[in-house]
Amino acid sequence: MAEMIAGPRGPKPRRAFSTPNIVLYGTLIVVAAYYALPLYVMIVTSLKTMPEIRLGNVFSPPVEITFEPWVKAWSSACTGINCDGLSRGFWNSVWILIPSVILSIAISSVNGYALANWKYRGSEFFFAVLMIGAFIPYQVMLYPIVLVLKNIGDFLSIFSLAMGMGKVQVYGTLSGLVIVHTIFGMPILTLLFRNYFSALPEELFKAARVDGAGFWGIFFKIMLPMALPIFVVAMILQVTGIWNDFLFGVIYTKPEIYPMTVQLNNIVNSVQGVKEYNVNMAATLLTGLVPLTIYFISGKLFVRGIAAGAVKG
Amino acid sequence: MADAGMTKPLTDRRAAVRPVRAWRNMNAKVASIPMVATVLVIFIGCSLWTVLYSFTDSKLLPRERFVGLEQYERLWGTDRWLVSIGNLAVFGVLSMVFSLVIGFTLAAMLDRKIRFENAFRTIFLYPFALSFIVTGLVWQWILNPTYGVQKVVRDLGWTSFSFDPLYTDSIVIYGILIAALWQGTGLVMCLMLAGIRGIDEDIWKASRVEGISVWKTYIVIIIPMIRPVIVTAVVIIAAGIVKVYDLVVAQTSGGPGNASQMPALYVMDKMFKDQNLAQGFAASTMMLVTVAIVLIPWAYLEFGGKRRG
Amino acid sequence: MQHSISVRDLTLKFGAQAVLKTLNLDVAEGEFIVLLGPSGCGKSTLLNCLAGLLDITDGQIWIKGQNVTWAEPSERGIGMVFQSYALYPQMTVRGNLSFGLKNARMPKDEIDKRVARAAEILQIQPLLDRKPGALSGGQRQRVAIGRALVRDVDVFLFDEPLSNLDAKLRSELRVEIKRLHSRLNNTMVYVTHDQIEALTLADRIAVMRGGIIQQLDAPQTIYNRPANLFVAGFIGSPSMNFLHGRTVDGGRTYRIGEVSLDLAGYDGGAVMERDKAILGLRPEHLTIQDHAEPGRTIPAVVEIDEPMGADSLVWLKAGEAQMSVRVPVEDRLEKGRAVHLQVDMTKASIFDAVSEQRV
Repeated sequence: MAEMIAGPRGPKPRRAFSTPNIVLYGTLIVVAAYYALPLYVMIVTSLKTMPEIRLGNVFSPPVEITFEPWVKAWSSACTGINCDGLSRGFWNSVWILIPSVILSIAISSVNGYALANWKYRGSEFFFAVLMIGAFIPYQVMLYPIVLVLKNIGDFLSIFSLAMGMGKVQVYGTLSGLVIVHTIFGMPILTLLFRNYFSALPEELFKAARVDGAGFWGIFFKIMLPMALPIFVVAMILQVTGIWNDFLFGVIYTKPEIYPMTVQLNNIVNSVQGVKEYNVNMAATLLTGLVPLTIYFISGKLFVRGIAAGAVKG
Repeated sequence: MADAGMTKPLTDRRAAVRPVRAWRNMNAKVASIPMVATVLVIFIGCSLWTVLYSFTDSKLLPRERFVGLEQYERLWGTDRWLVSIGNLAVFGVLSMVFSLVIGFTLAAMLDRKIRFENAFRTIFLYPFALSFIVTGLVWQWILNPTYGVQKVVRDLGWTSFSFDPLYTDSIVIYGILIAALWQGTGLVMCLMLAGIRGIDEDIWKASRVEGISVWKTYIVIIIPMIRPVIVTAVVIIAAGIVKVYDLVVAQTSGGPGNASQMPALYVMDKMFKDQNLAQGFAASTMMLVTVAIVLIPWAYLEFGGKRRG
Repeated sequence: MQHSISVRDLTLKFGAQAVLKTLNLDVAEGEFIVLLGPSGCGKSTLLNCLAGLLDITDGQIWIKGQNVTWAEPSERGIGMVFQSYALYPQMTVRGNLSFGLKNARMPKDEIDKRVARAAEILQIQPLLDRKPGALSGGQRQRVAIGRALVRDVDVFLFDEPLSNLDAKLRSELRVEIKRLHSRLNNTMVYVTHDQIEALTLADRIAVMRGGIIQQLDAPQTIYNRPANLFVAGFIGSPSMNFLHGRTVDGGRTYRIGEVSLDLAGYDGGAVMERDKAILGLRPEHLTIQDHAEPGRTIPAVVEIDEPMGADSLVWLKAGEAQMSVRVPVEDRLEKGRAVHLQVDMTKASIFDAVSEQRV
């Protein structure tokens, strides 16, 4: 009996600073610092004056904080064509973003719903090709899409001219870019919605059919109210994706309506004049601000979006 | 209809008109028109069009003068293209290996029920929310030889230190790799973490009872169990590697000289700058072939197996 | 008499695989039919075909004298209750009950009247303004039944409605469904894999396997005179004892090895001489005794004794065969004891070992 009383008793002692823990947290903190560094560099550089940048290095904190570079980046930085800063690109991006997000989500959600609940002969085939198509390098399709957009414009012009209005331009305009974003957003969004609607209980769908609701009735009255989280996920995905797009913006729009990323690149990589690193970093940070804000606000939903889209693919 | 005598054998009296097959489920078909159009016109149509016109001598405008494999011969005789392919291979292999290793290691570390897991994950993933343009420009600045990393190390007293990837032909690709990994590993980590978290907790109990160390469990037991997730990650990384474009444009514009050229840049320049469409088509067809080489075995393993099973 | 539901040569194929095979079924008006069978037997599929939720490959479906083979689910005059309740989570109970009526563009006061009546019958008035998420499992299933009720139809379809409930609630709701049936007196088709539900609720049970109705009869007939080996083995817990042997002596004697049983009193057709036959005996139709009676008993050795509360189940070995016998709980039998099992031949079943049909 005595030995039993003398032995270890009660909860096992835990040491917060065990060697594995120090290694684990140490590594994580170092890696985290590395990942955070570029953001830090952007911020400090954008708050320094040019003389100060020339004296120090990229990591040194600002001695004298100035917001001049931000003002300049926003309203008067030069792209080589004009000198009204990033503000033009910002608003262009906003005008590209709103219709593209709405149209792509509207089309893909209904499509995903049809694929999940109203399968028809060939629906699985088209879905499979859609998924494969997501892996085709954009470069393969870029040029023919220019022709397709021109043809759509010419086709619509027949009607608009007949009605006494001007010629319709699709290629090189906002509408063309919206179409392109809708097309290339379709695979991932359709997958997202199809998987979500497939995971809802099938009996709910059956019950609604017995209750006499049709394709649209079930979509709007039963499915939509249940799918709000996935709509938020899709929105996060699309807003960041379209905002960050560079390729389509360059190809399918004209300089007056270039999105913010294209304009940013033109400002920073323009060969004329003296490099103003502080303005460049302010501009870079401004362009990254929209997706970063969404990312930090949405948190888990962002993760869910990329995980759902990727894992089940 | 009134005296539907059920004692009589039920004959072929139709209560409703037989629905025509094509009209059934009409709403779903209407809702799918954008998808069908995208698939037929864009994914299939446009891709075939590009492949077809890569056999022509189209310059400023596409024209149907077929010249056989001439564009491909010229392509593979061009230094810039060969450099692009070499770069893609080095960049591809390294970013694949490092993405997977770093991504899995970070995921395993976050999986250890640590404190501030959310904070760490948020930090590792935020670069993924940024545009490649933003990433390229930031790293261009950090790697700036006059003010960036090189200067910091020299200021610390190591005056002969030299690390100038953006202006040194031989290592420029590593400068891009650093930026690409910074942006992309967070995604791989997230996928892996989701995969690891999806594994039954009992596996951990079993390995603990059997006295297998934590790291050994991850490598010997967990990695084989999350094989599907790893395959998915490989496919996503591979697709991203072939497409890499914005990052290089922003960070180096393909320079110095042609040292950091990539196939996508070559295609874009030929098609939209040099007025040499067919050459661009041939190069983009080669990109398509590269993707197919990666994708077809994967699709066969993933879906071919299932159909048999 | 007019049939409420008639199924004629119904065939359903998924690709090359036939799930339902030229199936025929007539349900009388006001009848309670239970479709019973193991999972994958096609019982839920058949119900979904009746509801119009699955497109059939061939055949006809008639409901209330109308050919509804190609009609939409909502046009068939049916109400349906699902296993997972399938309540619309974003709508209140009232919204759930009235959704179908609104789709049918029924005037509002008529909707209110019907909802009130259904709520009264099912005693869910206090729940009308709650969301399904705030209800218990039993309450949810009441609402789901209510949704069928408000449609004011003659045919109710139940798809394993009680499977998601715990044992106590299940028996309560079972009684309630029976009460509902006797009050409304409408036709009910009820799918379940639970034989207690089938035996207690049904006017007739259709036992299904492999897309075919094996037997369609009143519960007692199914239990006492199963049409074939499958039905015999599927119904009853523990399962019927099967003794392989042969019939001799012009069909008057059943022989298992050395043991002979007199077939006098067998309730069935002409037994005749068969080289391979199977004798089926339910555990409660055997009694254990110490002495042998030639022609009426089978020698056996006690293996395990399982007290089950109300009675006790004794597992024995008779030759090669494993047998179970239900005995009063106070009869404790020690392992290894040699006993004799007396057979009640009037309640036995004999099957042809080749055709597996009862003779």
